[in-house]
Amino acid sequence: MPESVTEAQRNATARETILSRVREALQVAAPLPHLQTDLAGEMVGQPATAPAAGNGLPSLTVLPEAAARPWLPDGGETLEERLAILTANLEKLRASVERVADVEAAAAVVGELVRQRNWQRVAWHRHPQIDPVVAAGVIACGCEAPAVDDPGFEKRQLETCDAGITACESLVSQTGTILVSSATGGGRGLSILPPVHIVIAPVGAVVATLGDALHQVRQRYDGSLPSLLSFITGPSRTGDIERILVLGAHGPKELFVILVG
Amino acid sequence: MATLTSPPESTSPAAAAAASPRTAKKRFLSDAATHVRDLGHRLFVRKALGGYYVNRDAQKARFRDWEHARDAASLAKWSAVNRLDELLPRFVANFEAGGGQVHWARDANEARDIILRLVREAKAKAIVKSKCMTSEEIHLNALLEGEGFGVVESDLGEFIQQLRGEPPYHFVFPCMHVRRDEISDLFKEHLGSEPTDSPEELTMIARRYMRQLYVDADVGITGANFLVAETGQISITENEGNARLTAALPRVHIALSGIEKVVANLDDLAVLLPMLATAGAGQPLTCYNTLYAGPRRDGEADGPEEMHLVLLDNSRTALLADPEQRDALHCIRCGACLNVCPIFKNVGGFTYGTTYQGPIGSVITPHLRGLADWNHLSGASSLCGACTDACPVRIDIHHHLLHNRRNAARTAPSRLEKLGHKVFVQVARRPWLFAGGGWLFRHTLGLAKRLRPPLLKQWLDTRDLPPPPGQSFRAAWKHRSR
Repeated sequence: MPESVTEAQRNATARETILSRVREALQVAAPLPHLQTDLAGEMVGQPATAPAAGNGLPSLTVLPEAAARPWLPDGGETLEERLAILTANLEKLRASVERVADVEAAAAVVGELVRQRNWQRVAWHRHPQIDPVVAAGVIACGCEAPAVDDPGFEKRQLETCDAGITACESLVSQTGTILVSSATGGGRGLSILPPVHIVIAPVGAVVATLGDALHQVRQRYDGSLPSLLSFITGPSRTGDIERILVLGAHGPKELFVILVG
Repeated sequence: MATLTSPPESTSPAAAAAASPRTAKKRFLSDAATHVRDLGHRLFVRKALGGYYVNRDAQKARFRDWEHARDAASLAKWSAVNRLDELLPRFVANFEAGGGQVHWARDANEARDIILRLVREAKAKAIVKSKCMTSEEIHLNALLEGEGFGVVESDLGEFIQQLRGEPPYHFVFPCMHVRRDEISDLFKEHLGSEPTDSPEELTMIARRYMRQLYVDADVGITGANFLVAETGQISITENEGNARLTAALPRVHIALSGIEKVVANLDDLAVLLPMLATAGAGQPLTCYNTLYAGPRRDGEADGPEEMHLVLLDNSRTALLADPEQRDALHCIRCGACLNVCPIFKNVGGFTYGTTYQGPIGSVITPHLRGLADWNHLSGASSLCGACTDACPVRIDIHHHLLHNRRNAARTAPSRLEKLGHKVFVQVARRPWLFAGGGWLFRHTLGLAKRLRPPLLKQWLDTRDLPPPPGQSFRAAWKHRSR
């Protein structure tokens, strides 16, 4: 296979050229940016007036997220505070949010949607929190309910579904965001292709900040992260036509969050 | 699948300027003159930006301290760019460990060759693409279409621009200059849809058209907003869900990114993502911020079988080698500096003739494509500093425009300016000559205004000269001190 050898060589040469250009370029240090705080001094462990040389930067002692946390939008301290902020943010984003006491109540909410809108087919993925909701809320209503992790499930089927039901990794109150992954969100298509996305989550999954959510998944998967982690903030939207907001550009037009507990 | 054929690139103003950089300045001046006189266009652009200002300010107010948060974002990018030698190989090692394949491209041509080869190897029948400015930089669509591949831009704004045969007008709001009735006509012509004046209905026409394309496409091409060194993930920011679909359904996912997009870790991302959304679009967070760690894993329901990342230099290392302007590589492409720029709002996005418009484009284009041909952009600034104030990562944008002007004067000084300075030195050394020169100036100013000699014509075309003073400053000074 002479061609692939040539391509591998080209790639190796290009890699070496670019990396040596980078090393060469960083021989001369850049001044620190003009900041308002002494954050730079804290971070690089030196006063802001003495930038470290390009290649010999000391490792950072204060991470920007930790430093920036008190300056970013508030996510709330207690769980009740976080829930209040999350609910307010989701409503501003035009998502629907409902807190229910238990799984039976969650199934009732979903069942009501299925009946009211006369849904014919709702996709979901197998998950301890989803299984009982789908059994009592979807299948019991006579609605077809293909699971994406069933053998033989075709991604094309998603195109014909009225809604998709997923679990999530966490919810972020700070921004009104749901974090789904390809591990607990039923892959990549389920939370984006059907026109309605329903998320079922325990109230305990609500964290304050994006940083907290990322810390949590990093620990949860310990070095072998799912191939997709997606922060979802409201229903899909666009402002491309005269900067006027329209919901449901390519992803779901509607987003329902059902918090259990 | 319907094949979308764009008219040849040279019909668009930006592409024409790109084709012959020697004429870039001339074209800039003539396009600027045309657009500045188009009051309807200017009002339309201002109106479109009106909502942005309101939303941006509302979101900034949600930050407990926006200015300090800018410090943190600035420092996150500063420390990443200045440790690129360490972070770039670390990112690549982690990305490869996740099953992704990395392809290094020294310049635009190499990136084009790589992507063309990948698309051929995938035996692509249909390609769906989500918004990627780096692909505009290497003119990817023209290449793939020229080679017979059907490529559809899935971002609504980019799709509209593709149908119009134009490059993006603004690198975040690609079709902000287009009226809804023009879009309605465009969709009627290309998609056979019924005319409508509702932005919502127009969006739904595009949505319905695109649905099947996602399912049918074999290759999805995306950009990348951040490359996370710690975890080897690429981060993509969007609102519509088109990038999510592009990276979910096709068998092969190809991402194209500049090497400067590396950040150290997920903590930095937790700061940068909300700031990008607030500065760029006045949102708490854009609708979808997605981290991809490679192709579909065992046990996952779906996802591409292959994931490729093309890492592009294309003169970014030249900018990296300039410590004075290295912070221009901190840019997260939010577009905030365009939205506040009086020049952008008056001359419009196409006048720049560049992939990256507005103040940041004026700073980096001379580095990417040559100072001699693109320094005129540095002159197209009132130096008001609105761009620098708007930048979420504190790039010193308006001072860099001055740095470019200084560098251009150093490398290719204007003979006329040099002669002018020499003459002035000689005149200023001799008080009698200075006084005589002043007298001559005062008495010929009116004549110059009427005759408009070629040397002054350009200046006089857009400015009014005040009436000449009756006496010299020195005479006035003598009079006052008495």
